Amino acid sequence: MAKRIDVSGLSAYYGTTKAIEDISMSIEPRSVTAFIGPSGCGKSTFLRTLNRMHEVIPGARVEGKVLLDDENLYASNVDPVAVRRSIGMVFQRPNPFPTMSIYDNVVAGLRLAGVKKKSVLDDVVERSLKGANLWKEVHNRLNKPGAGLSGGQQQRLCIARAIAVEPQVLLMDEPCSALDPISTLAIEDLIGELKSQFTIVIVTHNMQQAARVSDRTAFFNLAGVGQPGKLIELDDTQRIFSNPSVQATEDYISGRFG
Amino acid sequence: MTSSSPAAPRGRERRPRDSRVGDKIFMNLARGAGILLLVIMAAIAGFLAWRSGMALSNNNGNFLTTFEWTPDAPKPVFGIAVLAFGTIVSALIAMVIAVPVAIGIALFISHYAPRRIAQPFAYLVDLLAAVPSIVYGLWGALFLIPHMDGLTSWLNQYLGWTYLFDQTRTGTPRNLFTVGILLAIMILPIITAVSREVFRQVPRMHEEAALALGATRWEMIRTAVLPFGRPGIISASMLGLGRALGETIAVAVVLSANSVLSLHILDAGGGTFAQNIALKFAEAGNNGRDALMASGLVLFVITLLVNGAARLIIARRKEYSGANA
Amino acid sequence: MTTMTTVPEDARPQVGPRLTANRLPRWTPPAVAAGSIAVGCGIGAAAGLQSHLQWGLISALLFLVGGYLISAQVEGRRQAKDRFATSVVWVAFILAVVPLVSLTVYTVQQGIGVVNGNFLSHSMKGVIQSGPGGGIYHALLGTLQQVGLATLIAAPLGLLTAVYLVEYGRGRLAKAVTFFVDVMTGVPSIVAGLFILSLWNLALGFSYSGFSGSLALAILMIPVVVRSTEEMLKLVPNELREASYALGVPKWKTILRIVLPTAIGGITTGVMLAVARITGETAPVMMLVFGADYINSNPFDGPQQSLPMYIWQQYSVVNNDFGYARAWGAALVLIAFVMGLNLIARGIARWRSPKGGH
Repeated sequence: MAKRIDVSGLSAYYGTTKAIEDISMSIEPRSVTAFIGPSGCGKSTFLRTLNRMHEVIPGARVEGKVLLDDENLYASNVDPVAVRRSIGMVFQRPNPFPTMSIYDNVVAGLRLAGVKKKSVLDDVVERSLKGANLWKEVHNRLNKPGAGLSGGQQQRLCIARAIAVEPQVLLMDEPCSALDPISTLAIEDLIGELKSQFTIVIVTHNMQQAARVSDRTAFFNLAGVGQPGKLIELDDTQRIFSNPSVQATEDYISGRFG
Repeated sequence: MTSSSPAAPRGRERRPRDSRVGDKIFMNLARGAGILLLVIMAAIAGFLAWRSGMALSNNNGNFLTTFEWTPDAPKPVFGIAVLAFGTIVSALIAMVIAVPVAIGIALFISHYAPRRIAQPFAYLVDLLAAVPSIVYGLWGALFLIPHMDGLTSWLNQYLGWTYLFDQTRTGTPRNLFTVGILLAIMILPIITAVSREVFRQVPRMHEEAALALGATRWEMIRTAVLPFGRPGIISASMLGLGRALGETIAVAVVLSANSVLSLHILDAGGGTFAQNIALKFAEAGNNGRDALMASGLVLFVITLLVNGAARLIIARRKEYSGANA
Repeated sequence: MTTMTTVPEDARPQVGPRLTANRLPRWTPPAVAAGSIAVGCGIGAAAGLQSHLQWGLISALLFLVGGYLISAQVEGRRQAKDRFATSVVWVAFILAVVPLVSLTVYTVQQGIGVVNGNFLSHSMKGVIQSGPGGGIYHALLGTLQQVGLATLIAAPLGLLTAVYLVEYGRGRLAKAVTFFVDVMTGVPSIVAGLFILSLWNLALGFSYSGFSGSLALAILMIPVVVRSTEEMLKLVPNELREASYALGVPKWKTILRIVLPTAIGGITTGVMLAVARITGETAPVMMLVFGADYINSNPFDGPQQSLPMYIWQQYSVVNNDFGYARAWGAALVLIAFVMGLNLIARGIARWRSPKGGH
């Protein structure tokens, strides 16, 4: 269920502005990789290039290669829709579909793929909500609107929705930044459990969070305002936070800037 | 600056002070304007009802079921059956054509068109809304009708079996179908404009949620955009319906009026409330005028209901989206 | 948690969908469109259909169906549906463009030869209606006077009502006014005409005049002015009002000196759009102004003419080529006037828009 990602020579643009430049890295399967770095360093942009969500913004484009196992996501005959089914995404702010019930939210992806059988959908709902540690809280109100849940619950609902389609990779774009500490903790625990099945990439603003949840950490930085973001280094989380090999990383970790 | 004291004393004060008097006058002026508006609305209903009552008491036919319109005859007979039928059928045809097309155009502007086209095009559609209805009517009569000949006989030939498109009398296509098409073109801009705004308000994060689940663009629109925009589309359509029901002069120019009530929408003839008023008004006598007022009152009530419904839907939508903000 | 978990990539089951899919090349939609148009025209010409409307409809149908089938064959059902939706949206766009272009082009074509100095500066007095000649001066004058009077009534009333709703409006009365302003927006113009007729002409005994037309136009105009002004006043930041109160300026002066001037750009736009809307109204004018062939420069006494009514009469009463020509000429002038107002209004809106003025 989990695949590795190899990125080589990747740059992304918004119109004529270059947002990230020449990034190469490998992301291990069944592990958590965290992206950290100051605001505007392109870590979210980079994350969105990994499932071709970057290009849904008008004028945005990507150069370079992203290999999922051995398939290049940016090859000309690749269908971005299929890519997004294989690589799920959880966003910064919880975004359950406001007009749908909890149940419908979870199965939204499967319904799109044409799954109609009630028994299959029921199974998936239960499995995904259990996987997202939400089943106990909502199993008796599956037909209530998803928007009626608390922020933390909504975010776990979004995770359930993302894992319901059984992706190989799960991308998380600052999934806890809109949540309170207790909800954040619940999500962090969940990430720890999910990594046994999925390759997880998480962008976070919070260095403690990166240290807590991730196996490997990538530090991004930019030379100045208006300059494209670059990958500074990628290493085991322990090493990054104890003994990074680049001075800029150490400065950032120890709070000297950013 | 009439008053320079920063904190006016609380409570009612008898001593007239400039600022207070000024405030009171101004506020009552503003409130008076608001009240005058309510009075006008009440007066519209009241005067029409009063005149209608006079006409109805002289009517020897059944106001609801009679086909003829001869209120000035020695023995006045008039009814709104043909008019109500024509008004509703032509408006429905207009809706059936205009609503899907308008949603398409709105989606085109909000989600499909390249940006360079979208903005000027949205602007053009807005300008289309400003074209006076008499010009639409003139265009309909002198340009559209000659071009409808072929389409009409075509529909009759291939879809005649549906009864609806069966043409039983030949003649110029001055029929309810043509009127429906013309009305559709006229209400397109308003429906498009409102739907477009609603579609633009769909939060980006909902669209991205759908895309990230592996939705194609159309599936994204179906899961995220249309459900969110549904109340807006409904109320936009109601606004369009209101206009179609009340349109006068374009219908008067295009439809050849007679008192035939027929579901063969390709047969020339029929009538609508507004058209009937416009055409019969000039030569109407006293009772004739009152009878027209009665039909106008019915039209007024119908449009009131349609618009009221639209407003209620919009109001509900506001609460609903507030809960999810 | 910081230990690295390198899971050996052992026997991974083949999971998930394939990433690659058969894709149609980018030029497919335009190619299908071109093909459909060619075939549509071919069928149209072969079957001897004289109306180009049918040619277009056949082409559009071919485009929709053809695009769907090709895509379904190559790319599968989901992609085909997506492409079908895209095609439908594009067809809707073209369906909207066709009447727009046709209407403007046709009006300009028919009207441009008619409009000249003579046409603009002469009335129909003494002109044989069924013959050539004559002009729209009396109608132009009438329209300007009627619309001007209607604006003089509706603009202050609408403005005051909006001020009431935004600055004072609380409670049931304000709610009722808000609701009925909305309802009033939907009053059919012919009903407004009937109302003024029964009140002004029948109950109060006044006779036909430009002014009674203005009254009906004002009824149509008020709700539009209220709505747009309301929106603009709501955009004025509360800090401005509070700053003024803090200086001890009474509320009414704050509204007159601070709030209204701040929003004046938007308000002007709203009023101009409302003027554009009522300028084209025919039905109430027809009932109340009655129509005249001669110049009557007094809107308070006797029948007048107006542009929309002139078009109507030239079309339906004269009803021959000379009448049509004059109708098109007047229509061109009317459209130009209304569009001009629209463009100026939007220009003002854009010019003052970002901060609502200073």
